[in-house]
This record gives sequence, C-alpha cells and structure tokens, in this order.
Amino acid sequence: MRHNRWGYYFLIPFFLVFIIFQLIPLGTTIYNSFFEHYFRNGLTEVGPNFVGLANYRTLFSSGDIGQYFKNTMIMWVMGFVPQIIVSLLLAAWFSDPSLRLRGRKFFQSVIYMPNLIMASAFAMLFFALFADTGPINTMLLQIGIFRAPYKFLSHTFSARALVAGMNFLMWFGNTTILLLAGMLGIDQTLYEAAEVDGANATQIFFRITLPILRPILLYVVITSLIGGLQLFDVPQILTNGQGGPNRTTMTLIMYLNKHLYSKNYGMGGALSVILFIITGILSIIIFRINTRSQQ
Amino acid sequence: MKKRIISIVLAGMMAASLAACGGSGASSSGGAASGGAASGSTGAATTEAADSGEGKVLNIQCWNDEFARRMSDHMPGYEAADKDDATKGGKLGDVEVRFTVTPSTDNAYQNNLDAVLPENADAPADEKVDLFLIEADYALKYVNTPVALPVADLGITEDELANQYQYTKDIVTDADGNLKGLTWQGCPGVLIYNRDIAKEVLGSDDPEEVQKAVADWDTFNKTAAALKEKGYRITSTVNDSYRVFSNNVSSPWVVDGKINVDDSIKAWVDMSKAQVDAGETGTADLWSDDWSKGFAKDADVFCYFGPAWLINFSMGNVDDGNNEDDGSRTFAGGWGATVGPQGFYWGGTWICAAAGTDNPTAVAEIMRQMTTNEQVLTDIVKMDNDFVNNKPAMEAAATDDSFAFKPLGGQNPLGMFCEGADKISLANTCEYDQGCNESFQLAMKEYFEGNATYEEALQSFYKSVTEKYPELEY
Repeated sequence: MRHNRWGYYFLIPFFLVFIIFQLIPLGTTIYNSFFEHYFRNGLTEVGPNFVGLANYRTLFSSGDIGQYFKNTMIMWVMGFVPQIIVSLLLAAWFSDPSLRLRGRKFFQSVIYMPNLIMASAFAMLFFALFADTGPINTMLLQIGIFRAPYKFLSHTFSARALVAGMNFLMWFGNTTILLLAGMLGIDQTLYEAAEVDGANATQIFFRITLPILRPILLYVVITSLIGGLQLFDVPQILTNGQGGPNRTTMTLIMYLNKHLYSKNYGMGGALSVILFIITGILSIIIFRINTRSQQ
Repeated sequence: MKKRIISIVLAGMMAASLAACGGSGASSSGGAASGGAASGSTGAATTEAADSGEGKVLNIQCWNDEFARRMSDHMPGYEAADKDDATKGGKLGDVEVRFTVTPSTDNAYQNNLDAVLPENADAPADEKVDLFLIEADYALKYVNTPVALPVADLGITEDELANQYQYTKDIVTDADGNLKGLTWQGCPGVLIYNRDIAKEVLGSDDPEEVQKAVADWDTFNKTAAALKEKGYRITSTVNDSYRVFSNNVSSPWVVDGKINVDDSIKAWVDMSKAQVDAGETGTADLWSDDWSKGFAKDADVFCYFGPAWLINFSMGNVDDGNNEDDGSRTFAGGWGATVGPQGFYWGGTWICAAAGTDNPTAVAEIMRQMTTNEQVLTDIVKMDNDFVNNKPAMEAAATDDSFAFKPLGGQNPLGMFCEGADKISLANTCEYDQGCNESFQLAMKEYFEGNATYEEALQSFYKSVTEKYPELEY
C-alpha cells in the first residue's frame, strides 16, 4: 500500500481548490436560497430572514423562469443544429483519406480560431456590425436590399439568430475536432470492406461512421446542452444586458445576473439551485451513456 | 526551429500591436487636458495638513477624468503628476492625491462604492476613501446613508455656500436636513439646435425665433412634422426629451413603497410613440453611436436637450486652437441654444466626503476651493465652458461677451442657464430615480418599436424595477 500514498498527496491541491471554490459556495448557495437576503438600493442590508421555499414559489409563480428556459433552449437549438451538421460534414471530409485534402491541419486550426476570441469581444464586434447604422445595414442599404435600416436587435428572430449564429461560429470548430478524433479512430478495414461490398459514400456514412460515432456524438450533444444552458456572455453583451426585444433573448443566467443588482442572495440562490438540478440531471445522463458504451 | 521563429515573430507582432493601442489611448486623452492654466498660489492652508497627524494619501473615487482635470487645471496649490493624464494624481501640499477611476457602465462605479464605503473606517490609512463623486440620479442613495459626511462636520458653513444655486444643495440634502455634498457645476439644460436646419425649415436661426417653434410640446410636435417633410428628425432619439418630462413630474417614482408612473412621464410616452410612428425621431439609447451620429456637421438631427457640459464635453471637439477638427458641428460652431418647451437639468457631479476619512482638512480645502472660490470658478467657465455653481459669477458672465460659446457660433447662453438654474425644482426626487428612469426608457423602447403594447411594456418595467429593488411593490 505504501507506494500508493504519493497519489493521494498529489490529489490534495485539487481537493483543496475544489472544496474552497466549488463545494463550499455550492453549500452556501443552497443555504441562501431559503432566506430573504438582499441589499436595499445596494447599501442597506435586508435580512437574512428564513423564508423556507418562498423564493422558489416566487420564481415559479411569475412564470418568467419558464420563458427564460424556453429562450435559452431555442437559441441553443438554433445554434446547435447547423453546428452539428457542418461539423459532421467537415469531420467526414477531413477524415476521408480518398479525398486527399491538402492543408487539413491549417483548416483545422482556422475553424477553431473563433473559439479563441473572448465571447464578450466577439459580441461587441457583432453589436457594432449589426447596429442600426452599422456597416451591415449600410451595406444592405447600398446594395438596395433594404430601403430603411433593419433593426436586427429589435426583432425576436434576428436577435436570437445573431446569438445562435455567434455560438455556432465559436463552437463548430471545437465540435469538428472532437468528431474528427472519433472518426479517425474508426478501423479503416471497415470502410474498405464496405467499399468492396459496393456501398456508396452516403451508405458508408450512415451505416458505418454514424453508428460507431454515437457515443462521441452524444457526448457532444450533452456537453453542448450544458454549455447552452449557461449561455450568458454573448446575449448579455449583444443586448446590453436587457435580453431584448421584450426579454425574448434573456437566458437563465442573464436572469440570475439581474438579481445581482440588489445583491439578492435569496432569489439568486434559488435560481442557481434550479439550474444546478437541471445540469445535474443532464450530467447523470451523460455519465450513464459513457459507462454503458464502455461495457 | 522554423516553428520557433514563427512563434517569436507572432509574439513580437502581438506585443507591438498592444503597445500601439496603449500609445494612441494616451495621446487622445492628452488633447482634452491640454492648455493647463497656471495654478494660483493661495493653497497655504493645505501644507499644514500632514503635520497635524492626518493621512498622507488622499483617495478620490471617480468614474472619469473630469474632476481630475478640473483639479489639475484649477486647484490652487495642487501639482498634477502628469499634465496630460490628470487621473495619475498629484500632490496637494504634502498630501499625495490618488484617483481611482471606475467606469459607470453596468453600475460598476456604484457597486465599487457599495463595497468600499461601508467598511471605510476600518480600511488601512493609505487606502481609506476620502472623497467620492456622485451624480444627481443616484445622489440620495448615498446622501441618505451614513457613508457620506455632512459638510458642516468639515467646518464648511452655510455662509460660505450662499452663492451656490439652491437646487445643487437640495439634491444632496438628507432627510434630516444635513447637506452632504457640494458641486462646482450647475447643470440647467437648454435646447441645443442645428442652426443650418433652423434656417432652412424655420426661416431663421435666431434663438428667439426658434424658441417660438419649440415654446411648448404642441408647437414642438408641429415643428417635428415640418422637419420630417424636409427629411430631418426633430431629435436623435426619444430618450433626448425624456429628462425634460421626468424633471417636471408632480409625484416621485415611488410613493409609500409603490411604483408610481407620473402623468408627465405618460405624456412623454404618448408624444414619443407618435413621433416614432411618424418617423420624426429614433429609438436608440443615449450615448450609443446611433445617438451621437447627429453631432456630425451634416447630420439630419434638429436638436438635442442638454446642459453646458453636453456641449463642451460630449458633442465633439471645441475649436480652441488645440483640438483637431473631428468633423463635428461643435467644432464648426454650428449649434444654437434656446430655452425649449420646459426647464430641466441633466447630471452634475457632486463631491462628498467619505465617512472615515483621515484627511478632513485637505478634503475641506478641496471642497472650498473647487466649489466656492469665485476666481477658480470663473476660470473654469473661461477655460472649460462649464456652467459653474456661483450665482454672482454666472450673472456677471451672462452679460459679458467674452464668455460666448464657440460651439454655439458665438452665442452666450449663460443667461438662459442662469434663468434655468433658478427654476429647477427637486421636490419629487427619490433614491430610486436612476433605476426607475433607466428601466422605464428601456421598457418603453419595446412599445415604441412595436414589439409590445403599452400595457406589456409597463409590466416589463415593473418586473425590471422589482428585480433591482425587491422591496418595492406595484
């Protein structure tokens, strides 16, 4: 047993950091969610008074949380569907030896690059590009497509599409690389056998590549879903924290951020706990799938 | 090896581009602060401060370089460390002055104050906040709590403040009648109009003639329609006229813990909706690029509502011989000023002494010099085109042609400002004003743009306010 002890020593830093920065805050968040505790106008402390489940009741009775959950999911789906299609296509091309693509490494790096830009900087860029008198509108006016500038951020669909589009741009490279790794792991003899049997490219893709890729595909879906639930920086910056128009791009985390204004620990805590439960359920699902695929 | 060379080159390029950004930032702020007048030599009182066991560092919390520049240019006995960047601080006698700049965006400035002020008394001596600046919109939030010291505690008497405009004192007086802040500025607003458009549409750019076309809201709306026919917009955005309505309310935003929408605010909603629908104005936010595009020389915006600082601080470079031509109407001197439909004020910066300060003498000295010394204040008017908080000085300046504003084509608007400053009433302010005003304008934007009915927009306003202030009801 002696030779094992060093392993535990090396684990100490992780657990220390985990306990201080994750476990304790998690505990206090759950604890806070049962209290009325905020600062009146930022300066005068109110509470903490124990109120039981009143914060949860307020959250659910207003119905807002359902709306924000819906917004979050819609924007995630709008971004994820094109993302997975493009990523699959790119990964299939990159992994296909018969295509003999040149500069694969170069393109792999290039498509990953949007992910290196800070999301907030990226959102600022889009905010400037799509402003009412911004370059995109100016261009469209000059070409003659529009007669008056189109207010991209004042219409639900275009505002959501911008958020989804940015998420797509930022993450499709990452997904491509994950899927590519999975595809390159597939035994080449399977493809050769299929070709000998006379299967065409479409059949090979749907009958061989996709089924073998399933566990990785599920991993991508679930991690993207968890990331999507925590969608915050892009819509926050793009809509100036308002989730406009009419709060149709307001995500759950943006709503959480609204409670920061009055340092409302109670409501913020309750909302965080709900998010924690949703994310927890999704994590259990991915864990199950992973262990099953290993058997 | 090849890879390493490439990476070194790339890193070098990044470093170079970062350095370039830093360089341009410094030079752009330099232009605004230039022309530093020689400070007077009346600062004898301050030199004793350090000997009397007071702190060696005087910390000032602010959100931009405005006060730092006023200090650097006008405070007697104060030596700025860097003439080009006033926020670097300086020396007042033996006391080192340090500025902490936190931008107002996203409430960051107030969040910072909320974090440091309540614990100020226990902070280490060199880090104690001694002075902090506040704006009118949220002044009561700090004035009604013990974090700001009454100026009487610093030994400043009412007699010394007799020349200041009453409204500048009302804003920072707490519920018990203690005056807790002082300002060097007065911010009565006027209607600032585009002279070329006035000539073309109204036939004259004379302030008195233009005033006839904007004398009340009905004629204002008729003028808006006339402007629209010639392809001009009356204002850049609906939010331009908001303050004029919100300053003339007959009841505050919160009455007995309930949110209350005043008739004057409702009148703004109705007028704005009609103007937006008719294409006479836009819906951009104040300070956005879409809003400030009207500052350009050949823009299509007829007027802005604003005080003196809007003209000299925000609408473009003033042609004072040091600044570059930025293509703005301000530089070209093509604006005019008139009273407009109703009186209003906008902004202003108040200086408050922080509870727990360890430099009360120096703090009192700064407050006295910057807000009551008539010579300092007159210099500020001359150099910065500010409207200062001193009645006799302003009334004298109003009749003096040497105080003509260049951006206004040589018009001297100080008489209008004086008249406005006397009329400002602050009977209906409350500590929730800022949060309510911001939420209301944002919520109504949805109504103006047709994304919501008035009722829906009102509901989303209530929602947004109760998120900010959970203690309120509607």
